[in-house]
Amino acid sequence: MNQFQYVRATTAKTAIGALVKDPSATFLAGGTNLIDLMKNGVTAPQKLIDINPIPLTEIRKQSNSIYIGALATNTDVADHKLVLQNQPLLSLALNAGASAQLRNVATIGGNMMQRTRCFYFNNPDLPCNKRQPGSGCGALEGYNRMHAIFGASPQCVAVNPSDMSVALAALDATVLISGPKGDRRILFTDFHRLPGDHPEKDNNLMKGELITGIEIPDNAFGKTVHYLKVRDRSSYAFALVSVAAALNIKNNTIKEARLAMGGVAHKPWRLTEAEKALVGKPATEATFKQAAEIAMQGAKGLKYNSFKLKMAPNTIIEALKTASGIA
Amino acid sequence: MSLMEKQNFFDSKAVDGLDRVDGRLKVTGAARYSAEFPIPKLTYGVLVTSTVAGGKIQSIDAKKAEHAPGVLAVISHFNAPQIPGYSEGSNPAKGQTTKGQPLRVFSDDTIYFYGQPVALVVADTLERAQFAAGLVQAQYQKASFQTDFDTNVTAADFPSQAKNRNSNGDYLRGEADAYKNAPVKIEAEYVIPTEVHNPMELQSIIAVWDTADKVTVYDKTQSLKGAQGTIAQAFKIPVENVQVVATYVGGAFGNALRTWPHEIAAVMAAQKVGRPVKVVISREQMFTMVGYRPYTWQKVGLGATADGKLVGISHEAISQTSTYEEFTEGTVNVSKFLYACPNVNTRYKILPLNVSTPTWMRGPGEASGAFALDCAMDELAYQLNLDPIELRLRNHADTDPERNLPWSSKYLKECYQEAADRIGWFKRNPKPRSMKTEDGMLIGYGMGTGSFSAGRSAATASIQMSADGTYTIQCATTDIGPGTATAMVQIASDVLQVPVEKIKFQLGNSSFPKAPSQGGSSTVSTVGSAVTAVCISLKNKLGELAIGQGEAASVKPADLTFANGQISSKDQSIKIAYADVLKKHSLPNLEVTEESKSGEERRKYSFYSFSVHFVEVNVHPATGQVKVKRVVSCADAGKIINHKTAGSQVIGGAIGGIGMALMEEAVIDNRFGRYVNNNLADYHVPVHADIPAIDAVFIDKKDPYINPMGSKGVGEISLIGMAAAVANAVFHATGKRVRDLPITPDKLV
Repeated sequence: MNQFQYVRATTAKTAIGALVKDPSATFLAGGTNLIDLMKNGVTAPQKLIDINPIPLTEIRKQSNSIYIGALATNTDVADHKLVLQNQPLLSLALNAGASAQLRNVATIGGNMMQRTRCFYFNNPDLPCNKRQPGSGCGALEGYNRMHAIFGASPQCVAVNPSDMSVALAALDATVLISGPKGDRRILFTDFHRLPGDHPEKDNNLMKGELITGIEIPDNAFGKTVHYLKVRDRSSYAFALVSVAAALNIKNNTIKEARLAMGGVAHKPWRLTEAEKALVGKPATEATFKQAAEIAMQGAKGLKYNSFKLKMAPNTIIEALKTASGIA
Repeated sequence: MSLMEKQNFFDSKAVDGLDRVDGRLKVTGAARYSAEFPIPKLTYGVLVTSTVAGGKIQSIDAKKAEHAPGVLAVISHFNAPQIPGYSEGSNPAKGQTTKGQPLRVFSDDTIYFYGQPVALVVADTLERAQFAAGLVQAQYQKASFQTDFDTNVTAADFPSQAKNRNSNGDYLRGEADAYKNAPVKIEAEYVIPTEVHNPMELQSIIAVWDTADKVTVYDKTQSLKGAQGTIAQAFKIPVENVQVVATYVGGAFGNALRTWPHEIAAVMAAQKVGRPVKVVISREQMFTMVGYRPYTWQKVGLGATADGKLVGISHEAISQTSTYEEFTEGTVNVSKFLYACPNVNTRYKILPLNVSTPTWMRGPGEASGAFALDCAMDELAYQLNLDPIELRLRNHADTDPERNLPWSSKYLKECYQEAADRIGWFKRNPKPRSMKTEDGMLIGYGMGTGSFSAGRSAATASIQMSADGTYTIQCATTDIGPGTATAMVQIASDVLQVPVEKIKFQLGNSSFPKAPSQGGSSTVSTVGSAVTAVCISLKNKLGELAIGQGEAASVKPADLTFANGQISSKDQSIKIAYADVLKKHSLPNLEVTEESKSGEERRKYSFYSFSVHFVEVNVHPATGQVKVKRVVSCADAGKIINHKTAGSQVIGGAIGGIGMALMEEAVIDNRFGRYVNNNLADYHVPVHADIPAIDAVFIDKKDPYINPMGSKGVGEISLIGMAAAVANAVFHATGKRVRDLPITPDKLV
């Protein structure tokens, strides 16, 4: 680990000011990912700006949405009455992530900011365009079992590891951001990026910007939701494939549908075409199969991850079945 | 279904075992592990490792590191003090089964594998040592290297030791490949990937030179005498000048049976800097520095008559080893004796690759072998349309077919029956993919058999009795987790007839009387025998003193009884508490030392422990995710000294077996020759949520010949056969045979 400076910020404004001044600085929230990366030599910020003292842990009901402060922990959000009542899908997704110990410390903003768990990214001796632009993609021709089947580029085939983000992408959440030029809002689905030629950029945050919270609009899905995560063990394992599904079914007809996948792309993979295919149809296995087929259009397997081409649609169907209760 | 006559099952009522004598110390953090000894003037060593898998070290630029704050030394082969034991070309680990030259740390510029130690940075704090280690720049002259098992497999060869024999080590009983002409046959290939022991406790050592030729090491080891001998030989000092302390060991599973390069490096560094040095290797380094279960390919052929009598077993294995040592293990051995079969042939080869040397990992080769054999037996049972237990019973080996000897004891049939009853084996529908839960999960039942040699070697124990009626027993064994001290206290209590609270068992110090390594499921058998012997010896001595010269001199020692801490003679002329014997003779204490070892019985009987594992799994039909729902493991391990600690050992073994079956796999990217998942986030072992309640059952019948307690071993058999049970259950659930472990969801989807 390299030597670094550590400062604390008590307001968003001072945090942003400190980051703008020092291009080698970075924000520290829960630190569950960042500290590991520093220990392993993946990243070496010269300064950590600890944002934990900033009062951003609130979870509250707004007129048409719920607001969650960026520093609320994963556990606090997953267990919060408002979330359980209004957005149970988010709670399911959060509880599918990491381990209880990590969820107790990791924050919502930090969860969005976590880096890929690609083996090549995490091992500084190996090539990785995301860690060191221009060094090549180790995973493309390497051990790519965990990697992307959608939206990858020759520069990067890594996936976003977050479970929470899959649910937030499905739920049409909005990211609240403060920056040197003031506040702005980004749709959650526009927050993370595809790798393209700049895999070093995970998201569309600009220099000096701080995530202050998220808003999730109210919806009519109720309990007709499910988060299904397929993984190598029951806890503390990243998704091979995961699916967030939310349905609004009236008289056995699907009025509204939300679907997103995790473990398949560089960002949470919202399946809007599949959603459209669900709307207006009866909630049957046949409908779900058709949606899964549409969802898989354009998927491309690599040497070790082609199983996802079958696992992903199966998981979509299962998640929809469980959400709708027809399983 | 009635499989066999219900024999007189031993009533294995759960006896509440003695709580671990060190349990409180462990859970309160008071137990001191190797890295935790507070040593004055301690310094910290961090290893720098190679980033290439083959070639030569061209240069090591240590300038920046040397000038970093707090750094005392940067040691590499460019400046390392000569290890005297290296110079004469002798093998410092002489006598162990791994042939070749153990890696000589910092002795030359050759790189054999990725992650090889190339330098040790010593500083006054751990953080400074870590920081400076990052500043060391090594340049390599890269050479080609091979880490890919499949593309190099044709280079596999017989171990050189085996090549000295006509047979190349091949085993043949009857006719070779007889299975090929059998009416019913199967032939299948199985793969076990590299598995890493990954105990919680990282390998650690503190080396302290007490004088110029006397060193004390606080060392994580399963082999006090092994470490002592290896260090003495390397540094050319008398064995008694090396003291090895391993009071507690935080799990090892075999990876602390050898003395590894980081241990020699720490001792060398302590000499060089003139201060104590602590080295704790990193989790990443645990993958390349302290052994692992080798990647192993196997092929099994089984042939049987139509009514399920085995006609032939052929078992072939190839395991990886390093380029500098030949590690061999008993992978194919299980096929020679587990089932009665007139024709058996086995072949074992090793494949040298640019990797570090493997070592024994719980169950060791027998666990890999039993996976292949007992999956093949399951495949044969389905081919024969016969219950897998029935197939095993029809081929039950009533005597050891390999050595042509009677078993010392064998209650394998009882294990089958007990475990089958408990899991409800006969209520299942044996047809694959025929059973489902209400929510659509595929249900599968599977079973597997385990067996491992029940060893006993020589050990010595001493006992010191004080006039206050307390007893201290010492023996240079270790406790890597099974609860050795607890079992020994119980044995001593039983033999001496004094309460357990009065007895202390001290282990973990090489200055105590000699014991072998703690491996191969033999500690209770070996050390327990020495404890028994020394306690009997103490009783004899007390008896002699009690009889004395006085009026009771006519009493014969044989007329004495020892009970409740008292000696009494038949004629009641003697009735005296043990402690009073010492007082009577004005003795402050009484000390006895005894050695105990096996004898003639080893030539007359074949000694094995046996186990049977039954598993129920649920498999998600769409996602391929496997969930183990129930486990019943039943062991014939002779007399169980402590049901609680032995039960914990069985539970641990079962969990290890589940990990082996479903999760564990260390993956090398062959382009770089390095592991890519070398951390506990990516190298998966089971978590609590993966493990159901495990029913650990013991037949608990004495083995009449093995040792005074009648106890065989538990450690290995609790894992051996488990992976086959899980794989067979997955087949029953899904109809799909997965022959390459681990059985991850991608293989079932």
